[in-house]
Amino acid sequence: MKGKNLGIIKTQYFTFAEHPHEVRLESGKSLGPITLAYETYGELNDDRSNAILVEHALSGDAHAAGFHEGDKDPGWWDSMVGPGKALDTEKYFVICSNVIGGCKGSTGPSSINPKTGKPYGPDFPIITIADMVKAQKYLIDHLGIKKLLCVIGGSMGGMQALQWVASYPDSIRSAVPIATALKHSPQQIAFGEVGRQAVMADPDWNKGNYYGLQKPEKGLAVARMIGHITYMSDKSMEEKFSRRLKGKNYSFEFTADFEVEGYLRYRGDSFVKRFDANSYLYVTKAMDYCDLSGDKLIPKTKHVHLRFLVVSFKSDWLYPSYQSQDIVRQLKIRGQDATYCEIKSTYGHDAFLLEIDEETHLIKHFLRKTLQGAGDQ
Amino acid sequence: MGIKNRRLDYDAITGIVEAGSRVLDLGCGNGELMLLLEKKKKARIQGIELDEKAIYECVEKGLSVFHSDIDSGLSEYPDKSFDYVILNQSMQQVKKADFVLNEAMRVGKKVIVGFPNFASLKARFMLFFRGKAPITQSLPYHWYDTPNLRFLSISDFKGYCASKGIKILKSYYLGRRFAVRFWPNLLAMDAVFVITV
Repeated sequence: MKGKNLGIIKTQYFTFAEHPHEVRLESGKSLGPITLAYETYGELNDDRSNAILVEHALSGDAHAAGFHEGDKDPGWWDSMVGPGKALDTEKYFVICSNVIGGCKGSTGPSSINPKTGKPYGPDFPIITIADMVKAQKYLIDHLGIKKLLCVIGGSMGGMQALQWVASYPDSIRSAVPIATALKHSPQQIAFGEVGRQAVMADPDWNKGNYYGLQKPEKGLAVARMIGHITYMSDKSMEEKFSRRLKGKNYSFEFTADFEVEGYLRYRGDSFVKRFDANSYLYVTKAMDYCDLSGDKLIPKTKHVHLRFLVVSFKSDWLYPSYQSQDIVRQLKIRGQDATYCEIKSTYGHDAFLLEIDEETHLIKHFLRKTLQGAGDQ
Repeated sequence: MGIKNRRLDYDAITGIVEAGSRVLDLGCGNGELMLLLEKKKKARIQGIELDEKAIYECVEKGLSVFHSDIDSGLSEYPDKSFDYVILNQSMQQVKKADFVLNEAMRVGKKVIVGFPNFASLKARFMLFFRGKAPITQSLPYHWYDTPNLRFLSISDFKGYCASKGIKILKSYYLGRRFAVRFWPNLLAMDAVFVITV
């Protein structure tokens, strides 16, 4: 399949942890059965050594690349995944699954609780990044893959990649955490909390019991608007909007005069159509709980030798470069083979979805070398 | 840093490093020297480099490199975690040379330092007779675009080592095409030292 396109892709589903084999979560509670929505691109080779697991960010899903039947837009990382691209599907078998707690086909608060026959809502247990990764391990086992060539992802996806290192170091050869952190800083937790408060302050949230009723759209839209501000940089906002007006003059009313206001409103409104408010609460909470600092990433007693490519972006103030440097420092202390690059970008945190040429250059060569190493062993 | 000189310093350094050594290259540039050491000496090597373009070139070569400023130190590396730390043509460009050298000697059992000799005959000639800041093969920049922050001679470096109690294990004096045997502080364009504390 030459050409730069994967064509039509279908999401698949894998269900496990049926009663009485529920999965024990980090909180101590159990969850089951669990369904994971996932997609695969490319072919698994004979010795099953070419599998790459792509991890999505907060609002992402299993649909990383290619087109769904009838869709105009491709998956969220189509610029990176496909024939001849950074994650070259002519060489690699690429997997992407929706996280648990999400709302894009994997088990989350909007899924039906088999005990009640109704959506879980607030009865869904709190999940962590480690729980998300634990569920992914079931999927990888199900696909018959003993060792992933690489786990890769940006933002929350990077946290999951790092969690794979902490949880299953023997099941991976390399990790590429992009624009991410070992742990959320107070500033990141603060933005998470403001988003959650916006959702919970909406009367339609109804303590999480809104399925079949009016959804807390206003609250979720505000949360998403705040999010989008943190994903851009001062400079990228200046370039994208400046103080341009939607109309000719000021309205002297509280309508969206400025383009930036219109953009945020549009982003907020379109987000509520595709995302569940409770999932937003659960997934942001999982990110805030994540802490792989110090010895937690690779314990002193554990002998692992993995390859890492750590990438950050200069204008990213939500996940600043110092957090990526902390990751690399931790890896160096533990004697890992790590490469770090801070890409000069003005796009802010969004850069991990936009700086395709730079990322492609780094990742393509990193994967080629990793695959060579896999062959040597 | 003319092309021909670079080859000589690479030859010298490749000759110094024993097979299978653990090496850290500070200011590794596009990774040319690292690749040589990896291929010829099977060195387990990693680099630190500030320039983003150079990082891409290193990754293209399959090398491991940390995008950082060597002035900020090497705190993540345990003492003596490398057989060699290399500071080739980078020491004269750091802000805190003394600090960087100390850090290099802390994390490396031996340190290889290569730098252009500011007291070479040609440099002296340009300064003395023409009254101009020297531009030579090993100092190819103008005053307004040079990355070099400090200018030192072979004698300066030897004096520094003596005053700090640093042992010079080996020294290589390089001319344009050949090693220099006599009056290195006058005749050598570049010098490579192997030092240890």
